[in-house]
Amino acid sequence: MTKVQLVQLAHARSGDKGDTANVGVIAYDPDHYDLLREQLTPERVKAHFGELVRGDVERFELPNLGALNFLLHGALGGGGTMSLMNDAQGKVFSTGLLRMEIEVPDAVAAATVGQGRVPEGWSP
Amino acid sequence: MSEDRVVRIASGQGFWGDDIEAPVRQVEGGGIDYLMLDYLAEVTMSIMQKQRSRRPEAGYARDFVELMERIFPRCMDDGVRVVTNSGGVNPTGCADALVAAGRRAGVGGRARVGLVHGDDLMGCLDELLESGHELANMETGAPLSEIRDQVQSANAYIGAAPIVEALDLGADVVVTGRSTDTALTYAPLMHEYGWSPDDHDRIAAGVVAGHINECGAQCTGGNCLIDWWEIPDMAVVGFPIVEVREDGSFVVTKHEGSGGRVTRASVAEQIVYEMGDPTDYITPDVVADFTTIHLEDQGNDRVRIYGVRGRPRTHFLKVSIAYSSGWKATGTLTYSWPDAAAKACSADRILRERLDRLGLRFDEVRTELVGWDSTHGSLAGEPPADLPEVQLRVGVRSSDRASVERFTREIAPLVLTGPPSVTGFAGGRPRVQEIMAYWPALIRREAVESRLRVEVRDV
Repeated sequence: MTKVQLVQLAHARSGDKGDTANVGVIAYDPDHYDLLREQLTPERVKAHFGELVRGDVERFELPNLGALNFLLHGALGGGGTMSLMNDAQGKVFSTGLLRMEIEVPDAVAAATVGQGRVPEGWSP
Repeated sequence: MSEDRVVRIASGQGFWGDDIEAPVRQVEGGGIDYLMLDYLAEVTMSIMQKQRSRRPEAGYARDFVELMERIFPRCMDDGVRVVTNSGGVNPTGCADALVAAGRRAGVGGRARVGLVHGDDLMGCLDELLESGHELANMETGAPLSEIRDQVQSANAYIGAAPIVEALDLGADVVVTGRSTDTALTYAPLMHEYGWSPDDHDRIAAGVVAGHINECGAQCTGGNCLIDWWEIPDMAVVGFPIVEVREDGSFVVTKHEGSGGRVTRASVAEQIVYEMGDPTDYITPDVVADFTTIHLEDQGNDRVRIYGVRGRPRTHFLKVSIAYSSGWKATGTLTYSWPDAAAKACSADRILRERLDRLGLRFDEVRTELVGWDSTHGSLAGEPPADLPEVQLRVGVRSSDRASVERFTREIAPLVLTGPPSVTGFAGGRPRVQEIMAYWPALIRREAVESRLRVEVRDV
């Protein structure tokens, strides 16, 4: 097994509802969905975010999309116009989660190197 | 009815402030039956309420009226009907302005404007409380009476029925207040196909189509994380068009030749946006199960969706209540290499000591370093000493307005009285903002439905 950052295996989008941020994580390869399900437990996701998430982490499964949806409660400094955060609407909790390290088989790690990142030499 | 029949609903705005050329491109691109324009979010209603408290004729999305003045003639010529929640907290004012704009645009005598109102509960809030509607906070359970005096706006999220009624009456444009975002898409489908209110699966499919449409280009390549660097022509990104069949199955696409990209992945990202429990996506008309969505990428910017299942609606409507909850302000200064982060942190300590010495009262003081930890917080770790620059961003929040006012005068002095190599203060003092907190509640649907009114006016 090898440790890799989640960004290699999944893309994600996040949004807000009150003081709760949601992060939907979608496997690039549907075959990796079970691996994500096993690795991304609510407890581990909560531990990953640490002080950024004051409340519980809930997880919902969408096997039809190869996706997991996480609700991060108490993550937005009160939410809406109450929040003093730059990211008051939780738009980038998605990439915050993609920083997480997970354990994957060596072959998966090797096959996904560089995935999710701008290719070398690319310019706008 | 032909099995090949499709109803094409184009999305033109994903929020109040979205690309104002997008709806023009949607209409000029041709081949659409409806244009839906979503202007409302949780905080939007309270901003509009504030505008209305200063000017009674305000309180709606004025951009919408300016937009219609441009596209009204083409919409009438092509038979494109427009459905929008641009009315905000003043749908009547919005409809009045739209009628005037229609006359200026030359569609007088041939266009009709539908108006839906009654979702605004501000005027009958005490009556509702007295008759036993507690309007308790859905998250905390606290009764509304705790903050009754601070309430600024209260609107029920309403469903498709009044929009369908306005379309049945021949309205070319339907203006509503706090219609549920998704209803702007599925109401035209109920009107066109005559789906009955207990046709749960097909309405749920319409809800999914609405969820995909409601954020504009966020499903056609905008804010898309997957391979974003190779998504073409984002300067002229195509907004979504859903092509819906009578059985509820539909294809998400965009105009040929427009920028952006529609793929299984771009649509999937939008489906999970702002999602709660996917099996329980509650709307006023149906509860949709997003785990039943089947996605099929057909290539050429076409993604088909089918198999969506739904369950009967609940007995309640959600009420969006905004209440004043103090004041806040945010100040920024920029520090350069060397030791940019060390300088910014030192300035923050000096600032906080001054705020303490002044005896100011804050509920929260928050410091972030833009360029280091303002997006991922502690996940970013410790900043390196060779960081080229960093922006110090300090926010305060208080129920005491004077404390926040005084804070706004304490930022600029740091330029001459704090750590060196500081710039970026040309914008002047930070602005004091009133905080509008959000209070979600539920109400028995009959209490709202009996108040809803539909009017159709000739332009």
